[in-house]
Amino acid sequence: MSATKSYSEEFLKGIWKENPVFIQVLGMCPMLAVTNTAVNAIAMGVATAFVLLGSSILVSLLRKVIAKPVRISTYIVIIATFVTVADYSIEAFSPALHRELGAFIALIVVNCLILGRQEAYSSKNTVGFAIVDASGMAIGFAFALFCLGATREILGFGTFFGSPIFGEHFEPWVIMALPPGGFLMLGFILLFFNWLEQRKKGAAV
Amino acid sequence: MSDLAWIFISALLVNNFTLYYFLGLCPFFGVSSKVSVAVRLGLATIFVMIITSLAATFLTTFVLPHAPYLKLISFIIVIASTVQFVEMVIKKLSPTLFRAMGIFLPLITTNCAILFLALTQTSKEYTLVQGLVFALGAGGGFTIALALMAGLREEGELSKVPNIVKGTALNMIIAGLLSLAFMGFAGLFSA
Repeated sequence: MSATKSYSEEFLKGIWKENPVFIQVLGMCPMLAVTNTAVNAIAMGVATAFVLLGSSILVSLLRKVIAKPVRISTYIVIIATFVTVADYSIEAFSPALHRELGAFIALIVVNCLILGRQEAYSSKNTVGFAIVDASGMAIGFAFALFCLGATREILGFGTFFGSPIFGEHFEPWVIMALPPGGFLMLGFILLFFNWLEQRKKGAAV
Repeated sequence: MSDLAWIFISALLVNNFTLYYFLGLCPFFGVSSKVSVAVRLGLATIFVMIITSLAATFLTTFVLPHAPYLKLISFIIVIASTVQFVEMVIKKLSPTLFRAMGIFLPLITTNCAILFLALTQTSKEYTLVQGLVFALGAGGGFTIALALMAGLREEGELSKVPNIVKGTALNMIIAGLLSLAFMGFAGLFSA
Protein backbone atom coordinates (compact mmCIF):
# COMPACT_ATOMS: atom_id res chain seq x y z
CA MET A 1 0.00 0.00 0.00
CA SER A 2 2.74 2.40 0.99
CA ALA A 3 4.48 1.78 -2.30
CA THR A 4 1.75 3.53 -4.26
CA LYS A 5 1.60 6.77 -2.33
CA SER A 6 4.19 9.18 -1.10
CA TYR A 7 4.19 11.18 2.10
CA SER A 8 4.46 14.51 0.34
CA GLU A 9 1.51 13.77 -1.92
CA GLU A 10 -0.67 12.75 1.00
CA PHE A 11 0.33 15.93 2.78
CA LEU A 12 -0.28 18.31 -0.11
CA LYS A 13 -3.67 16.92 -1.10
CA GLY A 14 -5.18 18.25 2.13
CA ILE A 15 -3.95 21.73 1.43
CA TRP A 16 -5.08 22.17 -2.12
CA LYS A 17 -6.52 19.32 -4.18
CA GLU A 18 -8.81 17.97 -1.47
CA ASN A 19 -9.02 21.08 0.67
CA PRO A 20 -11.56 20.23 3.38
CA VAL A 21 -13.46 23.48 3.06
CA PHE A 22 -13.18 24.66 -0.51
CA ILE A 23 -13.43 21.30 -2.23
CA GLN A 24 -15.04 18.86 0.20
CA VAL A 25 -17.24 21.47 1.92
CA LEU A 26 -16.77 19.95 5.38
CA GLY A 27 -16.61 21.57 8.78
CA MET A 28 -18.75 24.50 7.74
CA CYS A 29 -20.18 25.43 11.12
CA PRO A 30 -17.02 26.57 12.91
CA MET A 31 -15.78 27.82 9.57
CA LEU A 32 -18.50 30.44 9.32
CA ALA A 33 -19.17 31.14 12.95
CA VAL A 34 -15.78 32.25 14.20
CA THR A 35 -14.27 33.79 11.11
CA ASN A 36 -15.19 37.44 11.57
CA THR A 37 -11.60 38.33 12.44
CA ALA A 38 -8.26 36.88 11.39
CA VAL A 39 -7.12 36.21 14.96
CA ASN A 40 -10.21 34.18 15.81
CA ALA A 41 -9.81 32.23 12.59
CA ILE A 42 -6.22 31.30 13.40
CA ALA A 43 -7.04 30.32 16.98
CA MET A 44 -9.81 28.08 15.72
CA GLY A 45 -7.49 26.61 13.10
CA VAL A 46 -4.83 25.77 15.69
CA ALA A 47 -7.33 24.21 18.10
CA THR A 48 -8.84 22.10 15.34
CA ALA A 49 -5.38 21.05 14.14
CA PHE A 50 -4.47 19.88 17.64
CA VAL A 51 -7.64 17.80 17.98
CA LEU A 52 -7.37 16.38 14.47
CA LEU A 53 -3.73 15.41 14.88
CA GLY A 54 -4.20 13.92 18.35
CA SER A 55 -7.22 11.85 17.49
CA SER A 56 -5.76 10.72 14.15
CA ILE A 57 -2.68 9.36 15.88
CA LEU A 58 -4.71 7.59 18.54
CA VAL A 59 -7.26 6.15 16.11
CA SER A 60 -4.51 4.95 13.81
CA LEU A 61 -2.68 3.27 16.71
CA LEU A 62 -5.85 1.62 17.94
CA ARG A 63 -7.22 0.71 14.52
CA LYS A 64 -6.78 -3.03 15.06
CA VAL A 65 -8.30 -2.93 18.54
CA ILE A 66 -11.48 -0.96 17.85
CA ALA A 67 -14.41 -3.23 16.99
CA LYS A 68 -16.21 -2.29 13.79
CA PRO A 69 -19.79 -1.90 15.12
CA VAL A 70 -18.79 0.57 17.81
CA ARG A 71 -16.12 2.44 15.87
CA ILE A 72 -18.04 5.70 15.39
CA SER A 73 -18.81 6.02 19.10
CA THR A 74 -15.21 5.21 19.92
CA TYR A 75 -13.94 7.91 17.55
CA ILE A 76 -16.35 10.42 19.04
CA VAL A 77 -15.20 9.67 22.57
CA ILE A 78 -11.54 9.98 21.54
CA ILE A 79 -12.26 13.28 19.79
CA ALA A 80 -14.29 14.57 22.74
CA THR A 81 -11.37 13.83 25.06
CA PHE A 82 -8.95 15.85 22.95
CA VAL A 83 -11.44 18.69 22.64
CA THR A 84 -11.83 18.79 26.42
CA VAL A 85 -8.05 19.10 26.70
CA ALA A 86 -7.99 21.90 24.12
CA ASP A 87 -10.92 23.68 25.76
CA TYR A 88 -9.33 23.74 29.20
CA SER A 89 -5.90 24.72 27.83
CA ILE A 90 -7.27 27.70 25.92
CA GLU A 91 -9.23 28.79 28.96
CA ALA A 92 -6.04 28.66 31.02
CA PHE A 93 -3.77 30.43 28.53
CA SER A 94 -6.10 33.10 27.21
CA PRO A 95 -9.46 33.65 28.90
CA ALA A 96 -10.25 36.51 26.51
CA LEU A 97 -9.88 34.32 23.47
CA HIS A 98 -11.90 31.60 25.19
CA ARG A 99 -14.76 34.05 25.69
CA GLU A 100 -14.55 35.19 22.10
CA LEU A 101 -14.74 31.71 20.64
CA GLY A 102 -17.31 30.66 23.20
CA ALA A 103 -19.04 27.36 22.66
CA PHE A 104 -17.34 26.84 19.34
CA ILE A 105 -14.29 25.24 20.91
CA ALA A 106 -16.52 22.58 22.42
CA LEU A 107 -18.25 22.23 19.08
CA ILE A 108 -15.02 21.00 17.49
CA VAL A 109 -16.28 17.61 18.69
CA VAL A 110 -18.96 17.62 16.05
CA ASN A 111 -16.81 19.02 13.26
CA CYS A 112 -17.57 16.53 10.51
CA LEU A 113 -14.10 17.06 9.05
CA ILE A 114 -12.44 15.38 12.03
CA LEU A 115 -14.80 12.42 12.26
CA GLY A 116 -14.62 12.08 8.49
CA ARG A 117 -10.82 11.79 8.50
CA GLN A 118 -10.91 9.12 11.23
CA GLU A 119 -13.44 7.05 9.34
CA ALA A 120 -11.96 7.53 5.89
CA TYR A 121 -8.24 7.60 6.61
CA SER A 122 -6.76 7.06 10.06
CA SER A 123 -8.67 3.84 10.68
CA LYS A 124 -7.13 2.32 7.55
CA ASN A 125 -3.57 3.61 7.52
CA THR A 126 -0.36 3.44 9.52
CA VAL A 127 0.51 6.10 12.08
CA GLY A 128 3.01 7.81 9.77
CA PHE A 129 0.48 8.34 7.02
CA ALA A 130 -2.21 9.30 9.52
CA ILE A 131 0.01 12.06 10.88
CA VAL A 132 0.85 13.34 7.42
CA ASP A 133 -2.76 13.27 6.29
CA ALA A 134 -4.00 14.96 9.45
CA SER A 135 -1.38 17.72 9.19
CA GLY A 136 -2.24 18.36 5.57
CA MET A 137 -5.95 18.53 6.27
CA ALA A 138 -5.42 20.70 9.35
CA ILE A 139 -3.28 23.17 7.42
CA GLY A 140 -5.79 23.22 4.58
CA PHE A 141 -8.58 23.90 7.05
CA ALA A 142 -6.64 26.62 8.85
CA PHE A 143 -5.73 28.19 5.50
CA ALA A 144 -9.41 28.31 4.51
CA LEU A 145 -10.37 29.75 7.90
CA PHE A 146 -7.70 32.39 7.55
CA CYS A 147 -8.79 33.38 4.00
CA LEU A 148 -12.35 33.86 5.16
CA GLY A 149 -11.45 35.49 8.47
CA ALA A 150 -9.02 37.97 6.91
CA THR A 151 -11.39 39.04 4.11
CA ARG A 152 -14.27 39.46 6.50
CA GLU A 153 -12.17 41.45 8.94
CA ILE A 154 -10.81 43.73 6.23
CA LEU A 155 -14.22 44.41 4.73
CA GLY A 156 -16.26 44.35 7.91
CA PHE A 157 -14.04 46.34 10.27
CA GLY A 158 -11.43 47.85 7.96
CA THR A 159 -8.68 46.26 10.04
CA PHE A 160 -6.17 43.43 9.68
CA PHE A 161 -5.12 41.68 12.89
CA GLY A 162 -6.69 44.58 14.75
CA SER A 163 -4.71 47.40 13.11
CA PRO A 164 -6.52 49.70 10.69
CA ILE A 165 -5.39 49.43 7.08
CA PHE A 166 -7.61 51.97 5.42
CA GLY A 167 -7.69 55.70 5.99
CA GLU A 168 -10.11 57.37 8.37
CA HIS A 169 -12.69 57.75 5.68
CA PHE A 170 -13.26 54.04 5.29
CA GLU A 171 -16.87 53.14 5.97
CA PRO A 172 -16.91 49.59 7.46
CA TRP A 173 -19.00 47.17 5.48
CA VAL A 174 -20.84 45.99 8.56
CA ILE A 175 -22.74 43.17 6.91
CA MET A 176 -19.49 41.29 6.30
CA ALA A 177 -18.85 40.97 10.03
CA LEU A 178 -22.43 39.78 10.64
CA PRO A 179 -23.71 36.24 9.97
CA PRO A 180 -25.02 36.84 6.40
CA GLY A 181 -21.59 38.09 5.40
CA GLY A 182 -20.11 34.72 6.29
CA PHE A 183 -22.43 32.88 3.92
CA LEU A 184 -21.99 35.42 1.13
CA MET A 185 -18.22 35.58 1.41
CA LEU A 186 -17.83 31.80 1.41
CA GLY A 187 -20.20 31.67 -1.56
CA PHE A 188 -17.97 34.04 -3.47
CA ILE A 189 -14.81 32.16 -2.53
CA LEU A 190 -16.39 28.93 -3.77
CA LEU A 191 -17.36 30.74 -6.95
CA PHE A 192 -13.74 31.70 -7.41
CA PHE A 193 -12.68 28.08 -7.00
CA ASN A 194 -15.29 26.96 -9.55
CA TRP A 195 -13.93 29.53 -11.92
CA LEU A 196 -10.36 28.28 -11.45
CA GLU A 197 -11.53 24.73 -12.02
CA GLN A 198 -13.35 25.66 -15.21
CA ARG A 199 -10.41 27.59 -16.55
CA LYS A 200 -8.15 24.62 -15.93
CA LYS A 201 -10.55 22.35 -17.79
CA GLY A 202 -10.74 24.85 -20.64
CA ALA A 203 -6.96 24.95 -20.84
CA ALA A 204 -6.74 21.15 -20.93
CA VAL A 205 -9.16 20.96 -23.87
CA MET B 1 -44.57 33.09 31.35
CA SER B 2 -43.26 35.92 29.21
CA ASP B 3 -39.83 34.59 30.02
CA LEU B 4 -40.69 31.27 28.37
CA ALA B 5 -42.19 33.02 25.35
CA TRP B 6 -39.04 35.08 25.03
CA ILE B 7 -36.82 31.99 25.09
CA PHE B 8 -39.00 30.33 22.46
CA ILE B 9 -39.21 33.24 20.01
CA SER B 10 -35.57 34.07 20.45
CA ALA B 11 -34.44 30.53 19.63
CA LEU B 12 -37.00 30.21 16.82
CA LEU B 13 -36.42 33.44 14.92
CA VAL B 14 -34.13 36.07 16.34
CA ASN B 15 -31.14 33.88 17.15
CA ASN B 16 -32.05 31.18 14.68
CA PHE B 17 -29.56 28.37 15.21
CA THR B 18 -28.84 27.84 11.55
CA LEU B 19 -28.95 31.33 10.12
CA TYR B 20 -27.56 33.25 13.07
CA TYR B 21 -25.19 30.86 14.83
CA PHE B 22 -24.27 28.79 11.75
CA LEU B 23 -25.18 25.51 13.38
CA GLY B 24 -26.27 22.37 11.63
CA LEU B 25 -25.01 23.48 8.26
CA CYS B 26 -24.19 20.00 6.99
CA PRO B 27 -27.82 18.84 6.88
CA PHE B 28 -28.83 22.39 5.97
CA PHE B 29 -26.95 22.08 2.69
CA GLY B 30 -27.11 18.31 2.37
CA VAL B 31 -30.79 17.45 2.86
CA SER B 32 -32.39 20.64 1.63
CA SER B 33 -33.14 19.59 -1.93
CA LYS B 34 -36.76 18.53 -1.23
CA VAL B 35 -39.23 20.19 1.13
CA SER B 36 -40.93 16.97 2.32
CA VAL B 37 -37.66 15.29 3.33
CA ALA B 38 -36.38 18.51 4.87
CA VAL B 39 -39.43 18.85 7.12
CA ARG B 40 -39.17 15.26 8.32
CA LEU B 41 -35.49 15.58 9.08
CA GLY B 42 -36.40 18.73 10.98
CA LEU B 43 -38.95 16.81 13.04
CA ALA B 44 -36.44 14.06 13.82
CA THR B 45 -33.99 16.74 14.92
CA ILE B 46 -36.60 18.37 17.19
CA PHE B 47 -37.20 15.00 18.82
CA VAL B 48 -33.51 14.39 19.44
CA MET B 49 -33.18 17.94 20.77
CA ILE B 50 -35.98 17.46 23.30
CA ILE B 51 -34.50 14.22 24.62
CA THR B 52 -31.06 15.80 24.75
CA SER B 53 -32.40 18.79 26.63
CA LEU B 54 -34.02 16.50 29.22
CA ALA B 55 -30.88 14.42 29.57
CA ALA B 56 -28.68 17.51 29.81
CA THR B 57 -30.77 18.85 32.68
CA PHE B 58 -30.39 15.59 34.58
CA LEU B 59 -26.70 15.34 33.84
CA THR B 60 -26.01 18.89 35.01
CA THR B 61 -27.95 18.32 38.22
CA PHE B 62 -26.64 14.92 39.21
CA VAL B 63 -23.40 14.06 37.43
CA LEU B 64 -21.52 17.15 36.37
CA PRO B 65 -21.10 18.79 39.78
CA HIS B 66 -18.86 15.83 40.63
CA ALA B 67 -17.00 15.60 37.34
CA PRO B 68 -17.20 18.82 35.29
CA TYR B 69 -14.62 17.59 32.76
CA LEU B 70 -17.03 14.89 31.62
CA LYS B 71 -19.46 17.48 30.23
CA LEU B 72 -18.65 17.12 26.55
CA ILE B 73 -18.20 13.37 26.63
CA SER B 74 -21.41 12.66 28.50
CA PHE B 75 -23.46 15.00 26.30
CA ILE B 76 -22.19 13.49 23.12
CA ILE B 77 -22.89 9.97 24.31
CA VAL B 78 -26.48 10.89 25.15
CA ILE B 79 -26.93 12.44 21.73
CA ALA B 80 -25.39 9.49 19.92
CA SER B 81 -27.64 6.99 21.68
CA THR B 82 -30.78 9.04 21.07
CA VAL B 83 -29.96 9.28 17.39
CA GLN B 84 -29.38 5.54 17.24
CA PHE B 85 -32.82 5.05 18.78
CA VAL B 86 -34.54 7.44 16.35
CA GLU B 87 -32.80 5.69 13.49
CA MET B 88 -34.18 2.30 14.55
CA VAL B 89 -37.69 3.70 14.99
CA ILE B 90 -37.76 5.37 11.59
CA LYS B 91 -36.32 2.29 9.90
CA LYS B 92 -39.15 0.25 11.42
CA LEU B 93 -41.97 2.73 10.74
CA SER B 94 -41.03 4.10 7.34
CA PRO B 95 -38.30 2.40 5.31
CA THR B 96 -38.87 4.86 2.45
CA LEU B 97 -38.16 7.86 4.63
CA PHE B 98 -35.19 6.01 6.07
CA ARG B 99 -33.70 5.66 2.58
CA ALA B 100 -34.49 9.25 1.61
CA MET B 101 -32.59 10.61 4.60
CA GLY B 102 -29.69 8.29 3.99
CA ILE B 103 -26.45 9.18 5.67
CA PHE B 104 -27.91 12.33 7.18
CA LEU B 105 -29.92 10.44 9.76
CA PRO B 106 -26.94 9.05 11.68
CA LEU B 107 -25.22 12.36 11.04
CA ILE B 108 -27.74 14.08 13.34
CA THR B 109 -25.21 12.99 15.97
CA THR B 110 -22.68 15.39 14.54
CA ASN B 111 -25.27 18.13 14.06
CA CYS B 112 -23.61 20.82 16.08
CA ALA B 113 -26.96 22.47 16.78
CA ILE B 114 -27.81 19.70 19.22
CA LEU B 115 -24.58 19.82 21.19
CA PHE B 116 -24.77 23.61 21.18
CA LEU B 117 -28.27 23.39 22.61
CA ALA B 118 -27.09 21.21 25.48
CA LEU B 119 -24.09 23.45 26.18
CA THR B 120 -26.09 26.68 26.02
CA GLN B 121 -28.85 25.54 28.31
CA THR B 122 -26.22 24.40 30.79
CA SER B 123 -24.31 27.66 30.71
CA LYS B 124 -27.50 29.71 30.97
CA GLU B 125 -28.72 27.47 33.81
CA TYR B 126 -32.16 26.90 32.35
CA THR B 127 -34.65 24.93 34.41
CA LEU B 128 -36.25 21.76 33.06
CA VAL B 129 -39.21 23.62 31.52
CA GLN B 130 -37.10 26.45 30.16
CA GLY B 131 -34.78 23.89 28.61
CA LEU B 132 -37.66 22.09 26.91
CA VAL B 133 -39.06 25.35 25.51
CA PHE B 134 -35.60 26.28 24.32
CA ALA B 135 -35.23 22.90 22.59
CA LEU B 136 -38.63 23.28 20.90
CA GLY B 137 -37.80 26.76 19.69
CA ALA B 138 -34.35 25.84 18.45
CA GLY B 139 -35.58 22.70 16.69
CA GLY B 140 -38.47 24.62 15.19
CA GLY B 141 -36.12 27.31 13.97
CA PHE B 142 -33.87 24.71 12.38
CA THR B 143 -36.87 23.09 10.68
CA ILE B 144 -38.10 26.44 9.36
CA ALA B 145 -34.68 27.30 7.97
CA LEU B 146 -34.32 23.87 6.40
CA ALA B 147 -37.80 23.98 4.83
CA LEU B 148 -37.31 27.52 3.49
CA MET B 149 -33.97 26.58 2.01
CA ALA B 150 -35.46 23.46 0.40
CA GLY B 151 -38.29 25.52 -1.05
CA LEU B 152 -35.89 28.04 -2.52
CA ARG B 153 -33.73 25.30 -3.97
CA GLU B 154 -36.73 23.55 -5.55
CA GLU B 155 -37.54 26.81 -7.32
CA GLY B 156 -33.91 27.29 -8.20
CA GLU B 157 -33.86 23.96 -10.02
CA LEU B 158 -36.23 25.40 -12.62
CA SER B 159 -34.37 28.60 -13.28
CA LYS B 160 -31.40 28.99 -15.56
CA VAL B 161 -28.14 29.56 -13.72
CA PRO B 162 -24.67 29.81 -15.22
CA ASN B 163 -22.69 26.59 -14.81
CA ILE B 164 -20.08 28.23 -12.73
CA VAL B 165 -22.45 29.16 -9.86
CA LYS B 166 -24.20 25.79 -9.70
CA GLY B 167 -23.90 23.71 -6.55
CA THR B 168 -22.56 24.81 -3.23
CA ALA B 169 -21.62 28.33 -4.26
CA LEU B 170 -25.20 29.13 -5.22
CA ASN B 171 -26.62 27.50 -2.07
CA MET B 172 -24.23 29.51 0.03
CA ILE B 173 -25.37 32.77 -1.53
CA ILE B 174 -29.04 31.79 -1.13
CA ALA B 175 -28.32 31.05 2.54
CA GLY B 176 -26.67 34.44 2.87
CA LEU B 177 -29.76 36.20 1.56
CA LEU B 178 -32.01 34.09 3.81
CA SER B 179 -29.85 34.97 6.78
CA LEU B 180 -30.07 38.62 5.79
CA ALA B 181 -33.86 38.35 5.81
CA PHE B 182 -33.84 36.72 9.25
CA MET B 183 -31.78 39.59 10.60
CA GLY B 184 -34.97 41.61 10.30
CA PHE B 185 -36.31 39.70 13.31
CA ALA B 186 -33.58 41.20 15.44
CA GLY B 187 -35.79 44.28 15.82
CA LEU B 188 -38.46 42.21 17.58
CA PHE B 189 -36.89 42.63 21.00
CA SER B 190 -35.14 45.92 20.73
CA ALA B 191 -37.66 47.62 23.00
